[in-house]
Amino acid sequence: MCGIVGLFLKNEALRTRLGSLFAPMLVEMSGRGPDSAGFAVFREDAGGRAKASVFDPDGAMDWPALIADLRTAIDGAADFQHLATHTLIEAACAPAELRQALDRLAPALRIMSTGGSLEIYKEIGAPADVVDRFAVAQMAGSHMIGHTRMATESAVTTEGAHPFNTGEDLCLVHNGSLSNHHALRRRLERDGGITFQTENDSEVAAGYFAHHLAAGATLGEALEAGLSDLDGFYTFAVGTRDGFAVLRDPIACKPAVLAECDDWVAMASEFRALANLPGVDNARVWEPKPGVVYHWTQA
Amino acid sequence: MIAIDLATTAVRDANRQLQSAADGRFEMLNPRGAHALACGLSAPLDVHVAGHVGYYCGGMNQHAAISVAGNAGVGVGENMMSGRLHVRGDASQSAGATGHGGLLVIDGNASARCGIAMKGIDIVVGGSVGHNSAFMAQAGHLVVCGDAEDGLGDSIYEAVIFVAGAVGALGADCVEKEMTADHLARLTELLAAAGLGQDPARFRRYGSARQLYNFKVDNLSAY
Repeated sequence: MCGIVGLFLKNEALRTRLGSLFAPMLVEMSGRGPDSAGFAVFREDAGGRAKASVFDPDGAMDWPALIADLRTAIDGAADFQHLATHTLIEAACAPAELRQALDRLAPALRIMSTGGSLEIYKEIGAPADVVDRFAVAQMAGSHMIGHTRMATESAVTTEGAHPFNTGEDLCLVHNGSLSNHHALRRRLERDGGITFQTENDSEVAAGYFAHHLAAGATLGEALEAGLSDLDGFYTFAVGTRDGFAVLRDPIACKPAVLAECDDWVAMASEFRALANLPGVDNARVWEPKPGVVYHWTQA
Repeated sequence: MIAIDLATTAVRDANRQLQSAADGRFEMLNPRGAHALACGLSAPLDVHVAGHVGYYCGGMNQHAAISVAGNAGVGVGENMMSGRLHVRGDASQSAGATGHGGLLVIDGNASARCGIAMKGIDIVVGGSVGHNSAFMAQAGHLVVCGDAEDGLGDSIYEAVIFVAGAVGALGADCVEKEMTADHLARLTELLAAAGLGQDPARFRRYGSARQLYNFKVDNLSAY
């Protein structure tokens, strides 16, 4: 099963309320995915600094030492702060440089996201607990996507939860299952230089879109290409630094509902996740058509 | 009118109250997309749901008249036996699935697989229907005032389909058929019953070509 949700604010005045509007949406989808939950939040840019959200599976990291090494490696400022089981690292360099440095200095760390504004947090456990642990309701920003997981294709682990990020400021949540992910994974590893952290089929989809975006495709073009190359069931919600997109497979095996008003665009697996958003009674509410890319960007 | 506020009443309790009533008018407030609202009713109640509903609303209905002032999720009116179910907005996939009888009216669009395996229900859609509608439809009528996407009537048995707008690729063994005077009369009745002011002359009829395995008498020898 799995549940997915997304909230993209059009009205900047609502940004301080992003997390408090989003948290109940994710929790409402608990019944569709009770084993893990995760979310991606696009916050204000960190003043041109790169951000990495990381998870230490061993719990043995010497963070001050790592940050000292990182400062030397990038020859610039770097800081960290813990958020529940994750740690957010900010560094005065490009996101790609930060990822490379962390891969080299601390290969055991799981890098959940890198970018200029994106942060990804995810954990096993009931969605309501995950939302509390990461204090989602206090988060501000422009847009968020999230996922509640009922695992079918790989293990219930922190790393196997969604969202997935394999490109800068790009993330994806997926409801469904892909049937050609092994072949696609080999192709992306061989031809695209993409590395994967898990056995998860959804991470392959994220890698696929990241590969197309890196090659110069727009988000819309990358998703259109996915319609021919991805075989299986899917409803995707995708977040980029300034955009938000939804795509369902051509057979529409997995549900999705979209709602839009002057202040926001929201999507969810089921309408009940949207039912408490302010202004929803007057919003346009519709089911996205199968095989059609829907996307929005910040004006 | 008896109000049932779903903000303070659990769905099971609300349904139990409706299922135990012999008659009367009810309004379900604050549905907020809840699943399985007004399911399994078996008396001639008048039930109005004041907002968008989740999955399977009005499922298994007998005799009740249910209206939904919003959109409906997957499987609205599934396995309806009789009565009337009116969705003022859009319906998601598999609307009226396996329905045996009664009238399902959807003012807006219905998504994929509308009327899948319908067994006698009449479905009237004011807008368009998604792919594979009336898949394996056995009996009843599907009336579509807008367009129908690919796969319409795939593997259809004896159900009758009327479409006013464009039809994508027809499903296996589904063909356009002659609109006889009897069919036109039935279509006129259904449009009137649905309260949709559509001109019956705009519609074309589709049904089974009866060429699939089950229709070949020679295949009886396999048994």
